[in-house]
Amino acid sequence: MKRVVAFWLIVVVSAGVMAWTTPGLLKDIRLGLDLKGGFEILYQAQPLDANGKVTKEALLQTAKSLEKRANALGTSEPEIYPEGTDRIRVKIAGIKNEEEVREIMKKPADLTFRSAEGGKADAKTDLEKYPKIELRGDDFVENGAELTYSQLREPQIAIKIKDKKKFQEISQRLLGKNLAIFLDDRLLSDPVVNGVFTDGTAVISGSYSVEEAKEMRDTINLGALPLKLNEKYSNSVEATLGQKSLNATMIASLIGCGIILLFMLVFYRLPGAIACFTLISFTWLLLLVFKLANITLTLPGIAAFVLGIGMAVDANIITYERVKEELRSGKSILSSFKAGSRTSLRTIIDSHVTTMIAAAVLFALGTGTVKGFALILILTIITSLLTNVVFSRFLMDLLLKDGVGHKLGYFGVKEREVRDL
Amino acid sequence: MTSKNKNANKHYLDTDKYKVDFVKLSKYFFTFSIIITLLGVIVLSIFGLNYGVDFREGSSIDVTVNKELSKAEVDQFIVGQGFTKDHTVQTSSDRVTVRLGDVLTHDQEIKFKKDFQAKFDPKASFEINTVDVEIARELQTNALLSVAIASIGIIIYVSIRFEWRFAIAAIIALLHTSFIVISVFSIFRLEVNLTFILAILTIIGYSINDTVVIFDRIRENLRFAKIKTTDDLITLVNHSISQTMTRSINTVFTVFIAAFCLLLFGSESIRMFSLAMTIGLVCGAYTSIFIASPLWLVLKNKAKKQNEASKATT
Repeated sequence: MKRVVAFWLIVVVSAGVMAWTTPGLLKDIRLGLDLKGGFEILYQAQPLDANGKVTKEALLQTAKSLEKRANALGTSEPEIYPEGTDRIRVKIAGIKNEEEVREIMKKPADLTFRSAEGGKADAKTDLEKYPKIELRGDDFVENGAELTYSQLREPQIAIKIKDKKKFQEISQRLLGKNLAIFLDDRLLSDPVVNGVFTDGTAVISGSYSVEEAKEMRDTINLGALPLKLNEKYSNSVEATLGQKSLNATMIASLIGCGIILLFMLVFYRLPGAIACFTLISFTWLLLLVFKLANITLTLPGIAAFVLGIGMAVDANIITYERVKEELRSGKSILSSFKAGSRTSLRTIIDSHVTTMIAAAVLFALGTGTVKGFALILILTIITSLLTNVVFSRFLMDLLLKDGVGHKLGYFGVKEREVRDL
Repeated sequence: MTSKNKNANKHYLDTDKYKVDFVKLSKYFFTFSIIITLLGVIVLSIFGLNYGVDFREGSSIDVTVNKELSKAEVDQFIVGQGFTKDHTVQTSSDRVTVRLGDVLTHDQEIKFKKDFQAKFDPKASFEINTVDVEIARELQTNALLSVAIASIGIIIYVSIRFEWRFAIAAIIALLHTSFIVISVFSIFRLEVNLTFILAILTIIGYSINDTVVIFDRIRENLRFAKIKTTDDLITLVNHSISQTMTRSINTVFTVFIAAFCLLLFGSESIRMFSLAMTIGLVCGAYTSIFIASPLWLVLKNKAKKQNEASKATT
């Protein structure tokens, strides 16, 4: 009896946990731009100056500054990362002012050094505080900024200005005052000018960490040689259309899953019911994984998910067909189940691994949509093994070992099909 | 025969006679498959594939509208926008699909939306996808490369777990499956885009899955069987196929239901994916049941004959 009690306890508790947490999980799942509107753009970076080169640092820095711009525009969780040697992929979902955002993203990085001359006393923003532009990005020597260390081993940034006289004049005029560094109208740092620089070089020091100093160096170099971004690929979906896709696909998935569950129940009876329960657990567990790994769910992702359910069902079908065969050969129910589970495991592993190989190749080679699809397929396969092999066998084991369900009819096997041993 | 062997052999020897002689039927299926493949080759070489923007370059515009628009009026509108390259227009009750050869710039995109909303439907909702020629080419090579590498990976795995003959038969079966789907898309001029490649790769996964399950049974039966003649081998293959038949059909049925529901009720944006999946699943079931195992048998028999021949000469 103990096992049966454990069985019901597990079923009831996990059903409760699932019912309780699912609404929250569904709300937390990150939807891709094809489901809630947004855009994806693949930029190719090109130096504004024909002789320039796209360096790795410049690309990374550009991606970072794009992300900061996107955040400043109030977009939620933009995905921006460099790809290959000269590309940047931008994905922004759930925005209303798409045109504005796209326009702003395209602009090259804008580096300025500003002073407080002419600024109002009651300035609220950094820009109001430092209104006068003293130096622009193109005043700096290309790739002239370097990371150096002071005698106290503090990181600092050495900069080089093209026009020595101009820099001398500025440093004379602003001696003892702040010279603020801005990127895209955003204040990065406002060091104080502590000398007159006559040879066009200066050192920016402060209590920077090495990371901060490196970032500052890259920013200044990027400002001196900004990258021009060309749209190579773009996909934009408006929110209403995305919502429509989401609803349609959700309904389709629910109908599909409903039919599958019904089929399993009718065809496989008791084990079929267990399979239905583990399939629901499978869906729940996958949602949990999506949330924990912060995976963005896209349309192809949902497709991978639904097909994953097919794979999960297959694991059950292979096992139950094997068990049925054993039953027909006249073995007892418990030993049929054991033998069926054992022999079918190898088949399941082999078939899952081959599918996994295909998915892994896609993940390694693909970009964008393909990569997302492959990732979800891989997660699905692993989760399916857990719920529909391990969990479902465990549940069946609990029941059968306590003598529950020892009837051929429960397995969809007819008495007359059984041969004598 | 030892008692252990006898017990294991019972697996199929005691079963009632298998109902269908798959091996005997296979020559018809081989012929059928060869004809289908030849047809596919002809169609593909004449018409090629109807590439979507992902593999060509250009822009695709999908608009959800609240009233039905005629093809002619949309066509006129497109011409009025001043695009120079070819374009196609399809309309249905709530959707307009436009494929442009031109690569839309962001400004053109904004203008298109604005003009469209002003002219037809202020509530129109857009999905616009633009692909540059360089990226299109890259996506295409990438897709082909993925299929090639995935196939090699599967061959290696199956060769290690089974034997090379199984691997060859499995790969031929899965290539055949994907080729049928590609041919169908070519015949009906259906659009081939990135999701189509995803579908093909998923089908490959499923098809190999199906095939492996049957091969697994052949391998298991082989272990206990005493094979003396070609007829023994034929019997074994027939038994293996019929033993796994219910499983093959049930699995394909469930996945088919899932794909078919996506096709019927799912979003337009993945319609081609669902369609390719649905066709592919049926083809996959066909090839894994009727082509893969008989093909393995052909390879195996050849080896056997060679063996006997070399024995005879020594």
